[in-house]
Amino acid sequence: MGKAPSLVLITGRSTAQGKFLHLGKDSEEFQEEVLRVNMNAEDMARRGLEGGAEVRVRSAHGEMKGRCVQADLPEGLVFIPYSVYCNQLIGGDTEGSGMPDSKGLQVEVEEA
Amino acid sequence: MTEVFKNVTCPFCGVVCDDLQVKVENGVITEAKRGCVLGRYTFLKYDGDRATMRIDGKPATLDECIEAAVEILDESTFPLIYGLASTECDAQRKAVELADLIGSTIDTTSSVCHSPTLQAIQHMGDSTCTVGEIKNRSRLLIFWGCNPAESHPRHFSRYSVTPVGRFVPEGRKGRYVVNVDVRKTPSARAADLFIQVPPGKDYEVISTLRALVNGRPVDAAEVAGVKIEILRDLAERMKSVKFGSLFWGMGLTMSRGKHMNVMAMLQLARDLNQYTKFTASPMRGHGNVVGAATVLSYTTGYPFGINLGRGYPQYGPGEFTSVDVLARGEADAALIIAADAVGNFPAAAASHLKKIPTIAIDPKESMTTKTANIVIATAVSGIETGGTVYRMDGIPLPLTKIMDSDYPSDLDVLSRIIAGIRRRRGLTETETLHADAENHQRTSL
Amino acid sequence: MPTLRITNGRVFDPSRKLRGDISDLCIKDGKIVESLPGDAPVLDAKNLIVFPGGVDIHSHIAGPKVNIGRALRPEDHRHDPVPRTKIRRSGTGGSVPSVFATGYRYAEMGYTTVMEAAVPPIGARHAHEELNDTPMFDKGIYTLMGSNEFVLKYIREKRPDKVRDFVSWLLRATRGYAIKLVNPGGVENWKYGQDVTGLDDLVNDFDVTPRQILTTMAWVNEELGLPHTIHLHCNNLGVPGNYSLTLETMKAFEKQRVHLTHMQFHCYGGKSWAGFSTKAAEIAEYINSHPNFTLDVGQIIFGDTTTMTADGPWQYRLHGLNHRKWYNADVELESSCGVVPYVFKENNYVNAMQWAIGLELFLLVRDPWRIYLTTDHPNGGSFIFYPHIIRMLMDREYRQDCLKKVHPRVLRDTALQHLDREYTLEEICIITRSGPARALGLRHKGHLGPGADADVAIYKEDSNREAMFEGPIYVLKGGELVLKDGEIVKHVFGRTLFVDTPEPAELLGEIRDDFEKYYTVQFDNYSLPVEALRSYQPVATRAKARTS
Repeated sequence: MGKAPSLVLITGRSTAQGKFLHLGKDSEEFQEEVLRVNMNAEDMARRGLEGGAEVRVRSAHGEMKGRCVQADLPEGLVFIPYSVYCNQLIGGDTEGSGMPDSKGLQVEVEEA
Repeated sequence: MTEVFKNVTCPFCGVVCDDLQVKVENGVITEAKRGCVLGRYTFLKYDGDRATMRIDGKPATLDECIEAAVEILDESTFPLIYGLASTECDAQRKAVELADLIGSTIDTTSSVCHSPTLQAIQHMGDSTCTVGEIKNRSRLLIFWGCNPAESHPRHFSRYSVTPVGRFVPEGRKGRYVVNVDVRKTPSARAADLFIQVPPGKDYEVISTLRALVNGRPVDAAEVAGVKIEILRDLAERMKSVKFGSLFWGMGLTMSRGKHMNVMAMLQLARDLNQYTKFTASPMRGHGNVVGAATVLSYTTGYPFGINLGRGYPQYGPGEFTSVDVLARGEADAALIIAADAVGNFPAAAASHLKKIPTIAIDPKESMTTKTANIVIATAVSGIETGGTVYRMDGIPLPLTKIMDSDYPSDLDVLSRIIAGIRRRRGLTETETLHADAENHQRTSL
Repeated sequence: MPTLRITNGRVFDPSRKLRGDISDLCIKDGKIVESLPGDAPVLDAKNLIVFPGGVDIHSHIAGPKVNIGRALRPEDHRHDPVPRTKIRRSGTGGSVPSVFATGYRYAEMGYTTVMEAAVPPIGARHAHEELNDTPMFDKGIYTLMGSNEFVLKYIREKRPDKVRDFVSWLLRATRGYAIKLVNPGGVENWKYGQDVTGLDDLVNDFDVTPRQILTTMAWVNEELGLPHTIHLHCNNLGVPGNYSLTLETMKAFEKQRVHLTHMQFHCYGGKSWAGFSTKAAEIAEYINSHPNFTLDVGQIIFGDTTTMTADGPWQYRLHGLNHRKWYNADVELESSCGVVPYVFKENNYVNAMQWAIGLELFLLVRDPWRIYLTTDHPNGGSFIFYPHIIRMLMDREYRQDCLKKVHPRVLRDTALQHLDREYTLEEICIITRSGPARALGLRHKGHLGPGADADVAIYKEDSNREAMFEGPIYVLKGGELVLKDGEIVKHVFGRTLFVDTPEPAELLGEIRDDFEKYYTVQFDNYSLPVEALRSYQPVATRAKARTS
């Protein structure tokens, strides 16, 4: 099996993220939600990942560790709820817009 | 003892529901009726994970914190004031006054949220409306790159998808709902039609829709993986509806193209107004970001990304926006209020914040309070204070003070910092002038 | 409380026939009083002209559409910074100044009262929050009602009494000062992309006509005994040939008193832009012979400005003419709002005609007590150009020089070159303070008799009237010296004026029912408590005793 093509990261809100931030960003519930690396089943299989596996997500700007979760996502897409963790992957250059590229970023996911 | 507060405004998201019924039993909030899950947590868990006053990690009094904050800001040559999301408008007004006094950069969380929308509107304008117009008239709802089911949970039931409106008496049955996104979010379940676009391809699809709406020939079987028949049908539906509405979110503003994506959306709505009535509205708002843009606009002329270093406001997305000011290592001190900059910014920007003297003003602990030099714990805006909050469509609503608090409000803290800096600078006369002016004086004819 | 005697000044107080007579003004507790003890502090106004503070009857300075105008156009104000000083807050100018800049710039011309002319009721809290932060003058808002769906519904039900009670409630809820009607009925039709073009067109879904709205609201205004009249922006603003509808509109009122706003935009002849012509003379003649009308002009000023109005359909048409930015925001159950940047050009025939038509109105309407100086700021141009307009009105030669600089056909197509009238200082005093104050029913403003607010503007006589009026020597607000030699020396906030209308107990339940069905805010969160105003002054109505 050759090298799997790189993935596209979408960061965003989720209900659990919005709900549990009221318990504190250190709370177990919040931490659990924002460390979920949501992926499509084929993408997981291609990388030999099982649900719940510890994974490392890498971009050109940084990396984070999280837990792989199978989700109803199109192939090639990774979704991670907003938090300080996924922001490690985002670059600081806004191309003069003020807004970082927080969606549509090239990333790779591998077993940690 | 039980007390029930009616018509309570929820300060959490841009939907700004003002119909909550909040029950307080023996000094504890036990119920937030009609609130969505996010709203219920906002009220029921408001007192969890409260911040503590401290300086360099050691417990401190409010007075000590204020004094230390005054010193940092007064001695800084390029201070940044950032945040202003989870607070009410009087505190936002005070933050601008502070920025004016010390000549700082001032920016809000819109900077990393809908600032591309604001820039696009500055290029184009917008054809929009208050949410009641959507409830009362709109029969075609297109949610593009946004996920209200999770970000703005009661938008569907209060304003858009299901309500019975004056001229849509059938409610849900009278409306056709479309969701366009890169993934099937819970919002797709509310839609009659889901269109999946690949990441970063929104501009192409919107532009194709524009071409179809304007009757231009489109010689392609599909665009970005979307079959042209689907877009053709949608274009016809858009032109023939009596009143239709577009909504967009971070899917457009945070993806490559940013304000260009939004401009395409605004242009589509503008084109449609040649044929029928069509509105386009950003799904704005965590907290009171719309209030922050409102206050900044009326005090400085600009909605975000402002620098007052020259003694007057200058505007510069990319220049005076927080991520840029931090990632380039320009700011030499920061006051973060009512937002979690360290938690929400890219690592390059967050890491600079950890290097410079930082003041965090927040009711709760956050990634920012963890690394800030000074933490000032404040009352929870909209629960422990009153004030005004602006809804996503610019409508202001009053907040209710439900709980007493031992914490000072954001407004109090900012007022005290301003007073301290004035004293330090020998500006006593001005201080009196402004203080007098704040006193409400009433006369009757 | 402080006292002050202003001595030796040449006082203008048209209501008391003072035309530059040397007279003392005595000030105590913020009011003009008959006399003061001999040892009261003195301000020597020798060789200076003493006017009451200026009163602007129609300006767009605060609220949702104004703030959109600011946020929408960074390019409009980045060249015009307003720096902070030890006393002043910073801000930006341009065609839509920020709140502090608005206050300072009005004070710098000697204005002490300014009315925000169009606020959608649901945006009243916003407008008042801005006005709370707008310094240096007293202020109020006009509440938009011309396409309010409660009003339309009650008119359809033929229940003017309910309209009256609803208006009474709405003015109270919004802390409004007057009833504002903008393109009545047309704005409701705009919600489906349409308009009305005549007084007897039908309004969608409600089957009422603009004529019914106009006459009902004029009746309501008199029934409620409001201090101001209805404040009317007629249908068909800006459209060639609209003068006939303007005349028809005036004829729809019998003896009812009405204020017609920015009339310059409603005096056009011709069937299309190509045939555009002036009908200022026809309109002026009708007004001259019908004392129940007052008007403000809405003079245009050449240059870049930001137009903003509740007249959504007109703004869409304007956007179609210049294809620049177009902002539209429809407001549930109430109104609309359009914002479009626009450049008035000297060499554009229609713009030059508009400019001349405004001046024709000023010169042809004979009674200065019924015509007031406005630019419909910022629609015709910024209020900072008032001194320039004053010079054109007072100085025929200067006016003719200005006329030579505009599109040459204007010379032929208007009467302007033949109008020799020159306004006197007293007449300027009337059209910029005494007249608007009287029309507004502000009995404590616009004059300097005992009991008046001690709002005073003191100018140095100068044959260049523009220089004279753009730089008062002293300005007093509520008896306090706030400006000296062109510099703001004291920062004051002024008061918010609103009418004190009764709460209609009987209708409340019915309003609440409809409200809860169609609005998206709770009834109980809609009304603005007075505590939301920084400082306020309710103005009494002359309500008739009612049996209902």
